[in-house]
Amino acid sequence: MKFVAVTACPTGIAHTYMAAESLEQTAKANGDTIEVETQGSAGSAPLDPQVIADADAVIFAVDVAVQGRERFDGKPVVEVGVKQAINGAAGVFDQAREAAKAGPSKPALTTKVGANDRTGTKVRQWLMTGVSYLIPFVAAGGLLIALSFALGGYEIVDAPKVTDQFDAGSLQGWAALMFQIGSAAFGFLVPVLAGFIAFAIADRPAIAPGFVGGAIAVTVGAGFLGGLVAGLLAGGVVSALKRIRVPRPVAGIMPVVVYPLLGSIVVGVLMYVVVGKPIAAATTGLTNWLTGLSGTSALLLGALLGLMMAFDMGGPVNKAAYAFAVGGLTTGTGTSLQIMAAVMAAGMVPPLALALASTVRKALFTEVERENGRAAWLLGASFITEGAIPFAAADPLRVIPSIMLGSATTGALSMVFGVTLRAPHGGIFVLPLIGKPLLFVLALAIGTVISTVAVILLKQLKAGVPESAGTTANTAAVSA
Amino acid sequence: MDAELITTELVDLDLAEHDRRDVVRSLAKRLVAAGRVTDLELFLADVEKREAQMATGLEGGIGIPHCRSAAVTAPTLAFGRNAGGVDFGADDGPAKLIFLIAAPEGGGAEHMTILAALARRLVRAEFKQTLTAATDPAEVAAYVRQEVAP
Repeated sequence: MKFVAVTACPTGIAHTYMAAESLEQTAKANGDTIEVETQGSAGSAPLDPQVIADADAVIFAVDVAVQGRERFDGKPVVEVGVKQAINGAAGVFDQAREAAKAGPSKPALTTKVGANDRTGTKVRQWLMTGVSYLIPFVAAGGLLIALSFALGGYEIVDAPKVTDQFDAGSLQGWAALMFQIGSAAFGFLVPVLAGFIAFAIADRPAIAPGFVGGAIAVTVGAGFLGGLVAGLLAGGVVSALKRIRVPRPVAGIMPVVVYPLLGSIVVGVLMYVVVGKPIAAATTGLTNWLTGLSGTSALLLGALLGLMMAFDMGGPVNKAAYAFAVGGLTTGTGTSLQIMAAVMAAGMVPPLALALASTVRKALFTEVERENGRAAWLLGASFITEGAIPFAAADPLRVIPSIMLGSATTGALSMVFGVTLRAPHGGIFVLPLIGKPLLFVLALAIGTVISTVAVILLKQLKAGVPESAGTTANTAAVSA
Repeated sequence: MDAELITTELVDLDLAEHDRRDVVRSLAKRLVAAGRVTDLELFLADVEKREAQMATGLEGGIGIPHCRSAAVTAPTLAFGRNAGGVDFGADDGPAKLIFLIAAPEGGGAEHMTILAALARRLVRAEFKQTLTAATDPAEVAAYVRQEVAP
């Protein structure tokens, strides 16, 4: 079996290392493998997260608090004193075997960040971790709101609060209820994004500062962009706080009390007083600029939103365009409904185009990609732009420009055709809520074909058949 | 060049004392004489403080009194043997091999690796056997130094 262990004692001089040695020798004698992190005075090299992930069970042989305990969340854990590991290591391993059999204690939150990623990759992974936790809220909230529109019409936005008035016998009552539940889910978008970006950077202690910063971003009107900044700030602040060495006795309370408290204070002050307003101004500026474009050039606006939707397939840029469109929904003007339609159509293009491309030219795609392609049909039809990520991750330079081209075309055509949409999400399944549905489908089809042709041409320029099955990421997630 | 972890003068193969505190004091005096401890009473108080947290006796007849102390100048080991055994609070009886480990307060991690290496040897049967059988202090010091060498 594979084990990992942490050993720690009050002085960090003797027992920490004796316990480690004893565990290692016993594991060797039993034919097991173990890696031990000695949290002692000679410094400790943290265990590789991958090694932790692969371990069958975790042994804590400690007389003081384990530092970075959250790294082991979700693993079967046995906790004993250091002396027990020194004098009776065999028994400790028996316990660990039992624990491994009993299975993990509880599922843990996961992050997409790998230990050895480069800085650029890390930043992207931080953002994508945040986005991945955001997606369920978009899915639940977006589909509920779409459902409420389908049941009760667009006026449901103005229905009285269900706490004041709820008629279980009327369709309108249920529609209002669905809408308000969906709105509650949407209310979490920015805080969840910020909280889990922070989590990706600095682990669990950063969640609270991230959420708080995200909520403040909403309050000051800094929106989605503010959420990104709040999440990065919270992660950075907590990372910095974690570097401060503290006496061992208080180390245990740092992650649950001190880091969240200090982190929230720092992030809160920064968001309210320093960065919140400029970001709010930038957000307003972006919104005004995009809104201004809609007056002068619908075509240009549609194309621009299409480019944004396809650029990172559910990432921050995509979400910025989507947030702009959803923000307009509540105003209910004709232009804002056109923008919503253009954004959704453009967001559906990338997975659909790659599904089509991997169907018509199988040889240009790996087996894994062809499998992803089959799923991408449904993902695209449901407006889940992330369906394109496995393809883009494997071959970004060919895939991303291709899908941006098609999405831009679709976005521009949708605007020019004057297609409208009241629902914030739902893809082909909210077709009844689309004004000029045939033209919507036409715009979608044209963009999809353009992307398909582009990606096939670019891939053919590359000699031979792709050999790498570099992606197994089967992202089943709702995008905007 | 850092001070050696242990020298011949820091080995006592025939401790006369039978009480834990007396044994520690006797070994600590050797540390003072070797210039590794500047303040005997402060050092002894720090060892006692650590001992009060949890007895340092281990199964198999070993006692490892130790502490980090401002009175210590360099990571050092004083080794003593007592045929009759000294009670260090282990469940299975008195300690015949006593390792007094002195670590400087706030020592850098590099300094401490030698003590980590020493601690790891303490749980190896071969290490204990060699020290039990040894007859010459110089031989003991050389053996320990060689074992903990990086």
